Amino acid sequence: MSLKLGVPSKGRLMDKTFAWFEKRGITLSRSGSDREYAGKVEGIDGVSLILLSAGEIPRELAAGRIHLGVTGIDLVHEKLPRWEQQVEEISQLGFGKADLIIATPACWVDVESLDDLDAAAAAFRKTHGHRLRIATKYHRLVREFLIDAGVADYTLVDSQGATEGTVMNETAEAIADITSTGETLRANHLKILSDGLILRSQATLWRSRVAKCDTETKAVLNELRDRLR
Amino acid sequence: MANRSQIQARAAMMRVRFEAAGAQVVDTPLLQPAETLLDLYGEDIRARAYVTSDALRGEQMLRPDFTLPVVQMHMREGAEPARYTYSGEVFRRQEHDPDRANEFIQVGYEVFDRNDLAGADAEVFSLFALQLRGLPLRAATGDIGILRAAVAGLRTTERRKTALMRHLWRPRRFRLLLDRFAGRKPEPELRAELLDAENPMAFDAPMIGKRRASEIEARIEALRADRETPPISDNELVGLETLLNVRETMPFALEQLRDVAVDLPQITPALDRLEARIAALQARGVNVDQLDFEAAYGRTSMEYYDGFVFGFYAEGRADLPPIATGGRYDALTWQLGGGAEIPAVGGVLRPDLMLMVEEDTR
Repeated sequence: MSLKLGVPSKGRLMDKTFAWFEKRGITLSRSGSDREYAGKVEGIDGVSLILLSAGEIPRELAAGRIHLGVTGIDLVHEKLPRWEQQVEEISQLGFGKADLIIATPACWVDVESLDDLDAAAAAFRKTHGHRLRIATKYHRLVREFLIDAGVADYTLVDSQGATEGTVMNETAEAIADITSTGETLRANHLKILSDGLILRSQATLWRSRVAKCDTETKAVLNELRDRLR
Repeated sequence: MANRSQIQARAAMMRVRFEAAGAQVVDTPLLQPAETLLDLYGEDIRARAYVTSDALRGEQMLRPDFTLPVVQMHMREGAEPARYTYSGEVFRRQEHDPDRANEFIQVGYEVFDRNDLAGADAEVFSLFALQLRGLPLRAATGDIGILRAAVAGLRTTERRKTALMRHLWRPRRFRLLLDRFAGRKPEPELRAELLDAENPMAFDAPMIGKRRASEIEARIEALRADRETPPISDNELVGLETLLNVRETMPFALEQLRDVAVDLPQITPALDRLEARIAALQARGVNVDQLDFEAAYGRTSMEYYDGFVFGFYAEGRADLPPIATGGRYDALTWQLGGGAEIPAVGGVLRPDLMLMVEEDTR
């Protein structure tokens, strides 16, 4: 049995994860061609690399099919209820930084805060006969945030991509999405609410609390933790 | 732990008792159209109910309670007056507490009757107390109608009253609004800037989205008017605060609320109803001198209730949800009635929890 490490299978997130481990003397690489999702680990024995979509890593950790995994805080908090009991945060990796925020059209000069959003939602519902729509893929996080803030008369509509465009297309009135520089928001004439920060996220190394460990994997895990410190 | 058939047997027994009290047995589909529920509760319901869908009927919810479909059924085809009883599964998502059941049996009793509202309140409460007799429970009661009357009668603008009424169920936001309307919280800086601007609509950003410029202008105008509105008086504010803190046995609570009515005379009719309810409970043999009344009770959890509310809780088992809850929901029948309305009061019991508490005491 070997210690299974799940890493995002493509893009900058994969490259930066590889670089982060490299700096700590562990070389991760794709074996074979660029298209093959199998990996190689050098610099430590007993670890196998599993390449996965970042969005599936929370589920795999919670199911105990991988021992360690790299993915964003946003995805873990969204996909795993009571995440603290299912995974442990080992280290924040310092890249993939992004904030989950609520944004409205920049032309809404009367809306600066959640308080305004709530009032605008009440008036909007009266005028248009339906609730103010907020486009997002982070349903649970956004709903809990808005319930806690006491915002009413909104509804969440699902948007799995190009969320910033939904307002212009009039399929939503506001959005809740991840942003790092805010450039896409500005380009789509959106602004962030002053108290609309739901979560600060970055790429993080997690340990599954449920994955089975024999003595051998436990020893590998301890060695790895020491070296990553 | 009681097994399923024991729970069902207990449910059936309680339903028979409600039948003996004059109720007609009804049943409702397990799958409920999501639209009605969403319309009523908003997005919050998605955190509490299981949603499923098919391409033909769209979104459906696994019945999160009986009250809604029973009210709909009554408004569609019910005769007046009516008393209903039912028992069956309801389903609740539990994402925070794995120890809470996501599927359980409820037994309920609902009264639709225009005559003698206090009598109907007392009828439901005393029948529930009878079903629960012998269990170590604490009963709590309240009356959302008193708070509603207090807000509706404030000497301020309709706009402010509507805003407060809308957040009656969200104590934190209610508090925030109240502080602002009473001039205790300064206006946010950016807002002052906006409202002072000669032409607040002179901005660079393009107009996008379904919310039009006229709606933005209307809100700015409303905010400007609101700024000129005098604050809610200290008298009224203190009255509201005192009201929300009333927590006493029923007769003493009434006495304290009568004192509050000196500053908030608008609650007097609601207090007269409370007084009539106390008398009706007494007439049914309920010991009102021992019965707790909290003016703020039911504010966070019982959204559709707008008058009398009650709950029964297991002593020493704070981990358990209430064993039984209920209340008056006159406004709900109007909302779902398409123009018709009828005063209604009812509640539900949890046989599974009753059996658990019985086991504890043994």
